[in-house]
Amino acid sequence: MSGYRRQLYRDDAVVLRVQKIGESDRVITLLTRRHGRVRAVAKGVRRTTSRFGARLEPFGHVDVQVAQGRTLHTVAQVEGIDLYGKRFIDDYPRYTAASAIAETAERLTPIEEEPSLRLFLLTLGALRALAGGERAGPLVLDAYLLRAMGVAGWAPALTECAVCGTPGRHRSFSVPAGGAVCPDCRPPGAARPAPVTLDLMAALASGDWSIADAAEPAARRECSGLVAAHLQWHLERGLRSLPLVDRGATAPAARGGGSATPAHEQERA
Amino acid sequence: MYEGAIQDLIDELGRLPGVGPKSAQRIAFYLLSADAADVKRLSTALDRVKELVRFCTTCFNVTESEQCRICRDPRRSDDVLCVVEESKDVVAIEKTGEFRGRYHVLGGAINPLEGIGPDNLRIRELMARLGTGTVRELILATDPTTEGEATATYLALLVKPMGITVTRLASGLPVGGDLEYADEITLGRAFEGRRRV
Ligand SMILES: [Zn+2]
Ligand SMILES: [Zn+2]
Repeated sequence: MSGYRRQLYRDDAVVLRVQKIGESDRVITLLTRRHGRVRAVAKGVRRTTSRFGARLEPFGHVDVQVAQGRTLHTVAQVEGIDLYGKRFIDDYPRYTAASAIAETAERLTPIEEEPSLRLFLLTLGALRALAGGERAGPLVLDAYLLRAMGVAGWAPALTECAVCGTPGRHRSFSVPAGGAVCPDCRPPGAARPAPVTLDLMAALASGDWSIADAAEPAARRECSGLVAAHLQWHLERGLRSLPLVDRGATAPAARGGGSATPAHEQERA
Repeated sequence: MYEGAIQDLIDELGRLPGVGPKSAQRIAFYLLSADAADVKRLSTALDRVKELVRFCTTCFNVTESEQCRICRDPRRSDDVLCVVEESKDVVAIEKTGEFRGRYHVLGGAINPLEGIGPDNLRIRELMARLGTGTVRELILATDPTTEGEATATYLALLVKPMGITVTRLASGLPVGGDLEYADEITLGRAFEGRRRV
């Protein structure tokens, strides 16, 4: 290492993935605000005496100092800004939704250290909304997936025909064609979702929560299916977390902000 | 690159968890210079571990027989069951000498990012054990990580309707550490888990 000066930079980031390496270290995948996706080793975090460990758990919003190395970077400092992970551990459906958000963010940033401020803000906002608990978890996830596909440049057409561009409330949906299609352009095998499902998708993509929150369970289920199909079509390999998302509870969690009693506390009471 | 057997050994060692290419090379050359009898013992141990060791048919701990030592021990109590992620957690809890019940080894934690869902763990087998009605208390001793906690939450939801008491290990301050050095989450948990003295 003689003559080699390590560059340090500071940024805020979302923790996407945490993997064990060696005896007591972890490789942390971060989506940073200004440096894109970064992989960095956090040394000694699995030891119970580590101060870093709890701050580098998945889904947290953190302030990090990264020391650049020739091959792998290391986490030099970390402070928690809002550690969302702890709000998901006592809510299994939200934990699975957060996992799908994190995996999507990772897959949509194939090149390390290529900044994507829009995806960072979108990911942070989705985890914050999921942790807030005011909206149904599956809706937050589907809104995130739709908008993340928009950032990637392959958002489904929803309010115009994906083929000819004719505006309108079209009745068919074709993943290969790129979204909603008019009767003239409808390819064989196109799905015929309920019109309210496409309305819900358009509402989620544009952030119209008054329509989204009022959507019926059937429309929500159909919407989740179309969003997942559209996403999987564009990704080379499917997301591993998406089939494991627990969409069972569609109602917002009956709890406020961060004051929920942790599960282990309830058990003891 | 070396040729033949030595490179094969370096490649194989390099596939082990936590062993980088430099370590693999160091270990390979150590073995090359070591006493032939010592190396023979190592290779025999490697062969035997795959031949003899399997999972206990009851708790899925590692064992060399149908059932592990703990499941066979008649002095241990059947009404308390402790759920852990891995066999090494059984070893860690056994070292404390605090627990006299039985174990159930899940084989990991639910981690959707790695494609590990409830069906990939021994949860169905756990539910079958609980279904016999002998267990009164289930201790969830999964890791205090996001994945471990979420797994405990999932199990608690499944098990509570069965009328079994479900408990979780308290997470507190590491013994021997300074309070001021504790991170905010550990300190917060320690507050929640405080007990009367
Ligand atoms: Zn058209
Ligand atoms: Zn056993």
